[in-house]
Amino acid sequence: MSPERKLRVLLGKPGLDGHDRGIKIIARGFRDAGFEVIYTGLHQNPEQIVNAAIQEDADLVGLSCLSGAHLYLFGEVVKQLRERGAGDVTVIVGGIIPAEDVPALKAAGIKEVFFPGTPIQTMVDWVKNNVKPL
Amino acid sequence: MFDKKTLDHSQEGSSRRQAAENDHHTGHPAEKPAAGNPPNSYATVSNLPIKPLYTPADIKDQDFAQDIGFPGEYPFTRGVQATGYRGRLWTFRMFSGFGTAHDTNQRWHQLLRDGETGLSTAFDFPTLMGYDSDSPRATAEVGKCGVAIDTLADMQTLTGGIPLDKVTTSMTINPPASVLWAMYLVAAEKQGVPWDKVGGTIQNDMLKEFIAQKTFMCPPEPSIRLISDTVEFGTKYVPKFNTISISGYHIREAGATAVQELAFTIADGIAYVQDVIDRKKMDVDSFAPRLSFFFNSHIDFFEEIAKLRAGRRIWARIMQERFHAKNPRSLWMRFHTQTAGCSLTAQQPYNNIVRTTTEALAAVLAGTQSLHTNSLDEVFALPSDFAVNVALRTQQIIAEETGVINTIDPLAGSYFVEALTKEMEEKTLEYIEKIDKLGGMLSAIDRGYPQMELSNASYEYQKRIDSGERGVVGVNRYKTEEAPLTGLLKINEKVHEEQIKNLKHIKRVRDNRQVLKCLLEIKLACRSDKNVMPFVIEAVKAFASEQEICDVYRDVYGEYRDPGYF
Repeated sequence: MSPERKLRVLLGKPGLDGHDRGIKIIARGFRDAGFEVIYTGLHQNPEQIVNAAIQEDADLVGLSCLSGAHLYLFGEVVKQLRERGAGDVTVIVGGIIPAEDVPALKAAGIKEVFFPGTPIQTMVDWVKNNVKPL
Repeated sequence: MFDKKTLDHSQEGSSRRQAAENDHHTGHPAEKPAAGNPPNSYATVSNLPIKPLYTPADIKDQDFAQDIGFPGEYPFTRGVQATGYRGRLWTFRMFSGFGTAHDTNQRWHQLLRDGETGLSTAFDFPTLMGYDSDSPRATAEVGKCGVAIDTLADMQTLTGGIPLDKVTTSMTINPPASVLWAMYLVAAEKQGVPWDKVGGTIQNDMLKEFIAQKTFMCPPEPSIRLISDTVEFGTKYVPKFNTISISGYHIREAGATAVQELAFTIADGIAYVQDVIDRKKMDVDSFAPRLSFFFNSHIDFFEEIAKLRAGRRIWARIMQERFHAKNPRSLWMRFHTQTAGCSLTAQQPYNNIVRTTTEALAAVLAGTQSLHTNSLDEVFALPSDFAVNVALRTQQIIAEETGVINTIDPLAGSYFVEALTKEMEEKTLEYIEKIDKLGGMLSAIDRGYPQMELSNASYEYQKRIDSGERGVVGVNRYKTEEAPLTGLLKINEKVHEEQIKNLKHIKRVRDNRQVLKCLLEIKLACRSDKNVMPFVIEAVKAFASEQEICDVYRDVYGEYRDPGYF
């Protein structure tokens, strides 16, 4: 049996919002935790993120939005991943997300929503427990 | 600054204090703090170590006249106005904008009725990035994080019933600053207010966008060129307008330390001044008095006060020594301050009122010219009417009840405050020297230097919180179960439809040939060294949309893409 390869994570910022402090901290935290991290940079539309996830063979896609456009943007990423045959990629999200939007996000296929104040280690543990290399 | 006897005394006192601390730690273990939450290290929020005691010995090398002096006098450590807040209070300026221009106009009128004294505009992301509401890039973002403005018609609605010769407006707008400013000036003209009576501020600071706030359109070089065009135009025709608000706020929010905030902001300021001098051949004293600044007031009370006092001193010296400015107003670092959004917590959100109050008090004690206080619910959404009102009342209580405005720069002469002010100054100058060596801020940005400095600082800060070394009440200390906050502001999804409908209508009724002619003239100006502003004004008058004008900029100059440093 070959040793398990590193988990490959694609982090993306869909939409026009420029708040990237959080996602960059997660990028570094995930890298320090031993994941392979690719960050798309800002101002991506859902299609660009999905393209990158497929090209990079991502096991996990992490999205951040602080502009209030999360329901549309996150939903589009999941939908387009499925349409392109990559529905098995786990999608997690964070940012400024009202608690009342969580059921709709989960129903859309988002696996987990992380709120402000979540320690990096909590997210790393969640990923290790819930995502395996595809 | 002190005689030998005083300094000897200080030395002895410090030794006695050290002995007492040693006793405390070794002789009386029972007196150690009880187990429970680990104590904060004795360092600022930026992780700058603070001594247990400051004495005359800590400021012995400072010269009262040269380093501290008097308010309204060089080097302006104690404030730019000789009369402090007795002459004029700071402007109560609440950053606001959401939904349509009509929605925001209503809130502005409410804020003015409540005692606000200046306006400040938050635009939505499509407007900030130079896209119209009908662009596919604008999907789900119209009116969400601010007000949507597509054409002059929206700007006229936004400013409806506001006397633009009496109320000043600040606009947080950067890549399309020339366009939104043109719309504002034409709206004033249509109100019958001549340009020389219109006051306000455009943020118009692109360097900090590449470093921190990240709304960008064109690459750095042409971005700076457009800024110098606006400075030149403002100097000639709109003399009461602040043409750039050189901003540290966003640099801090993106994770910088206090020193980095100050250093990168001043380095940005140096780059703008140099560009206007080089490109426009303008005399520094003709435009420097209209440069203003914008800083963050974070939770570490004394560090913020020291930062702002140091900033004034550094800028005055740079303007005098590096740029040979002669007009005292060119030496003034006038600044707006906003309390730190990044210090607020989603947990136990009512505690945010206390944080904002503390931060606002620091800004006032440091002599800010203008202040925005964040609302308690801004970690969740744009603020509700209720939350905005509490935030505005916070400023009014500080101004009218606490007595802190009675005397100017009340913390001057404090051993601690003066020593910390000096330390902020020295550390800031080290950074500025480093940026000079990299060839200035444009070159430093090209190399990713300030971006990586921020990335490192914000990651280190997060690790200190995650490890519990730094306490944040409600986040890693004193956690409680709580019900979610209710009454949050929701943006009506109809805003998007309404904006598109209005834009379609305008495009149908305007003279489209005139619009095309105006856009072509902007293109020609962009390709030459002609100032673009007069052409943008004409285009706006013809109801060219924001994106139509910005597309010309993108077409001529190309688009900047986020390098995604982390």
